[in-house]
Amino acid sequence: MDAPLIVLEDVCFAYDAERPVLRGVDFRLERGRRIGLTGANGSGKSTFLKLIVGLLRPTRGRVCVLGEERRVEREFLPVRQRVGFLFQDPDDQLFCPTVEEDVAFGPLNQGRPPAEVRELVTDALAVVGLEGFEHRITYRLSGGEKRLVALAGVLAMRPEILLLDEPVAGLDEAAQARITATLCGLRHEMIIVSHDQQFLDATATTTLHIRDGRVQA
Amino acid sequence: MIIAPFSMGDSPVHRLDPRVRVVASTAFAVAVALTRAPGPATLAIAAGCALLVIARLAPGPLLLRFARLNVFLALLAVLLAAAAPGDALWALGPVTFTETGARMALLIALKANAIVAALTALLATTDASELGHALWRLRVPPKLTYLFLFTVRYLDVLHREFGRLRAAIAARAFHVRCDRHTLRTLGYLVGMLLVRAFDRSERVHEAMLCRGFSGKFPVMAVYRLGGGDAVFGLVWSVIVVAILVWR
Repeated sequence: MDAPLIVLEDVCFAYDAERPVLRGVDFRLERGRRIGLTGANGSGKSTFLKLIVGLLRPTRGRVCVLGEERRVEREFLPVRQRVGFLFQDPDDQLFCPTVEEDVAFGPLNQGRPPAEVRELVTDALAVVGLEGFEHRITYRLSGGEKRLVALAGVLAMRPEILLLDEPVAGLDEAAQARITATLCGLRHEMIIVSHDQQFLDATATTTLHIRDGRVQA
Repeated sequence: MIIAPFSMGDSPVHRLDPRVRVVASTAFAVAVALTRAPGPATLAIAAGCALLVIARLAPGPLLLRFARLNVFLALLAVLLAAAAPGDALWALGPVTFTETGARMALLIALKANAIVAALTALLATTDASELGHALWRLRVPPKLTYLFLFTVRYLDVLHREFGRLRAAIAARAFHVRCDRHTLRTLGYLVGMLLVRAFDRSERVHEAMLCRGFSGKFPVMAVYRLGGGDAVFGLVWSVIVVAILVWR
């Protein structure tokens, strides 16, 4: 059997030493799995995702991603090339004026040549069903379109694993259905944070809960 | 919120390369600012108005823009005519308006209107992102360029955040009065907006890190100069040089 893609062992984290958010998280993401993650507001779901890509560092415990332990910024750089992170608020993620530039941002950072990047952008927009959106202005898109463009920006980097932070929160039914359909059409391993049990039933293979600073079944 | 109301149009001016427009409007503004005679100032305003006609901008917002400018200029003209020394033209009680003052005020009005006309026709017709890329290509320091692009991108987000905060305080029956409570509330509103903007900038930075950002911005857009740019460039250079020589 393959080694798990992501392993967290006894991970603790606190923004404020008085009130730790995570208190000894043990977690594994195996190949072929899509894990749904629920938990109360402030229970540490987003914190958990940020620890995996090194935006935050644990105060204790080990974070192993793609077969290696990751401790410092330098070790997390390759993780961010291969693990795609979709932020909760697409306005945080879409910072370029046009859709094309925003989707191209990741692949260009990976050092791919412009001609290939153009193809990746077209492909990624096709996957999320937004063909022909290249020259639209990002701040004039609807909420659902912004979310899909943000997802395209992550997919254009050709990641192996996706971390999705509340991908359908605040969207209407039609937009939720589009995101659900898009995610179901992908073959990536995923960790999906959401409050919406129906959405998780449709997209995840297992659902876990963050409770009392730990990840539980 | 629409940031550039004149940018969504189609005209020979809208089709010019953004770099040409930035250079042309800068050169024009400098040349006009240096003039000291009504002759070249009149030529400048004629050129500016001609561009406005070619750019086919919506007359309503355009008139409003010039009305605002000229209200300000009228105040300035009154002050200037009263303050400048010279032959008395007209006396109102203790205040005398001089001919020199009136001439200077007229010149300033011509120059200001000419510059605003040219900037509106050339720069306001450029989409903000195009303008950013043009600045980048013209080797304006990258920090300034990205400050500009980020401002354009997040102005709308902050505007909506401000709208939500204001709606939230209005929903709890806040209205502006002349008291400490009003001042404190407005202070909180501005402070909260700053805090949220700061938080957002951190999240934007994190999202950029997640997509492999390492301090350098990749740029994809390519611009090419066309025949229209050459014709405009030639005609505009002649006008700018004429203004500079004539002064």
